[in-house]
Amino acid sequence: MTSKTLLIALLGVSSGLAIGVGAYTFVYAKGGSYLVNDPAACANCHIMQDQYNGWLKSGHRHVATCNDCHTPHALIPKYAVKAENGFWHSFYFTTGNYPDIIRARPVSRRITEDACRRCHSGITEAIAGPHFVSASAEAVSCIKCHREVGHPK
Amino acid sequence: MKRLVVTIGFFAVVAVAGLALLTNIMERKTEAKNPFFRVVELTDDTTDPEVWGKNFPLQYDAYKRTVDQVRTRYGGSEALPRTPTDVDPRSIVAQSKIEEDPRLKAMWAGYAFSKDFREERGHAHMLSDQRFTERQSVGQPGTCLNCHASMYSAYKQQGGGDLVAGFEKINKMPYEEAAKLVDHAVACIDCHDAGTMALRITRPAFMEGIAAYKTTQGIKDYDVNRDASRQEMRSYVCAQCHVEYYFKGSEKRLTYPWSNGIKAEEILAYYDEIAFKDWTHKDTGAAVLKAQHPEFEMWSQGIHARSGVACADCHMPYKREGAHKISDHHVRSPMLNINRACQTCHTVPEEELKSRVEIIQANTFETRNRAMDALMDLIADLKTAQDAGWSDAELAAARDFQRKAQFLVDFVEAENSTGFHAPQEAVRVLSQSIDYARKGQMALRAPGRKPSAPAVAKGG
Repeated sequence: MTSKTLLIALLGVSSGLAIGVGAYTFVYAKGGSYLVNDPAACANCHIMQDQYNGWLKSGHRHVATCNDCHTPHALIPKYAVKAENGFWHSFYFTTGNYPDIIRARPVSRRITEDACRRCHSGITEAIAGPHFVSASAEAVSCIKCHREVGHPK
Repeated sequence: MKRLVVTIGFFAVVAVAGLALLTNIMERKTEAKNPFFRVVELTDDTTDPEVWGKNFPLQYDAYKRTVDQVRTRYGGSEALPRTPTDVDPRSIVAQSKIEEDPRLKAMWAGYAFSKDFREERGHAHMLSDQRFTERQSVGQPGTCLNCHASMYSAYKQQGGGDLVAGFEKINKMPYEEAAKLVDHAVACIDCHDAGTMALRITRPAFMEGIAAYKTTQGIKDYDVNRDASRQEMRSYVCAQCHVEYYFKGSEKRLTYPWSNGIKAEEILAYYDEIAFKDWTHKDTGAAVLKAQHPEFEMWSQGIHARSGVACADCHMPYKREGAHKISDHHVRSPMLNINRACQTCHTVPEEELKSRVEIIQANTFETRNRAMDALMDLIADLKTAQDAGWSDAELAAARDFQRKAQFLVDFVEAENSTGFHAPQEAVRVLSQSIDYARKGQMALRAPGRKPSAPAVAKGG
């Protein structure tokens, strides 16, 4: 057996293993639930239980799901953000290296800020004024004061 | 060829990472199915925390970590080596507070605290640190054990099933005799009901004290185990010990002086009414008081108490262990656990939170030092007047001012938060102390024109 055949055999084994384990993990971890909009999926893994409980009792429950505020509106950016967050969540949960009280990253805050301004554009545009450029401008931020509208904490 | 190897490596990494994730998810799912395993049966007579730990290993594991000694800016203890002796086998102790600040020795002259007083250590050390302090040389009563040992079972046994009868019996015993009845420092059964794990008050002195305090608020016949909410209990179980107290009468009954209220001057008024003194000051002859760790009373005056935040919220915050959410039984300073203790509510970076606390503590500490200096001035003046042959009648007013000034500065000094539990209250109490110390000096300056010591106003 040449080293080339050995390598090809190894490739077959490793790729088979990766795909097999990946597929099994995906099914076992209810991966499919993350592709739709049901907020229950976000509380699959305990960490978001408090936020989920809070959302269930909030006013925004009637008009917005997790994804409406925590992912971008357009289809491709939405799934890109889901994929990125999914990777980091898996990474941190597996390594266990994260604090009990988690906080949104700046990029995540910007997505939420944009969401506020999309639905409430009538009032936010009036507040921000004609020279407003993007939600990343620190001058005015909805979620600085209204951070508990979606869920306490 | 090289590309092939890289591809194989990539798939291998993906497979391993996938397996790690899968295993992790499986573990969490298994944990979530069984929040707790009943391995042993716990009854109202199970005293040993190790047995409780078989059913609650996560809580027990954290509880055992209270052996840790870590310093914070103004508190915490440092592990200092010590050569064990026959009478005191401890090889590690905490730093001596009376060596750090000799003014404490002058304040406590003639009292056992001036002989030996070290920074408190974690719960795990409470029994041995009490047994071996040099303050034992003056002959302490069994009452002391109320807060230094797991007393629930001992009270029940000695009282033949009656908790209060057992409490009364043990109070009267000499310390050494009473200490033979106990084996553990404070343990699970002191705060938890063995059948339901609900929080429960086990100390008669707190049941009586809180009922007396509630009476001042117009609440009659208050039974803490019947009437307190769960969130209140998450402070009350701590308040069974972290309070101001005294030993009443020859029965040495542990009593919390709360029937006028729980503010510092309300407690002082209580002691004045019953003319209680802890000892007579060696250098001035004043009938003085020792304040003891009034954490519950101080916290009650602060913004966290008003906002419904319990002791356990910051000192035993919720934490995650896998799929479980439990309260952290490693009771400790929130400054060592800022993420869980503070950031649950305060969305501010850790360093900023720490700075905010330290600013409050630095301000309190500075004011405490001023109050301590003022007290030292009064003690020195009193001593001079006494040595100059002033009569007791001429010294009476200044001695009473010393009693008041001393109790109030000690109230903040003995309180284990350097003001943080109620920042403005701490400085308010210190301002009274400074005022009394300076008034005491004025009383000595002009004989015949002495201002009389005013009665402390109830309710501030």
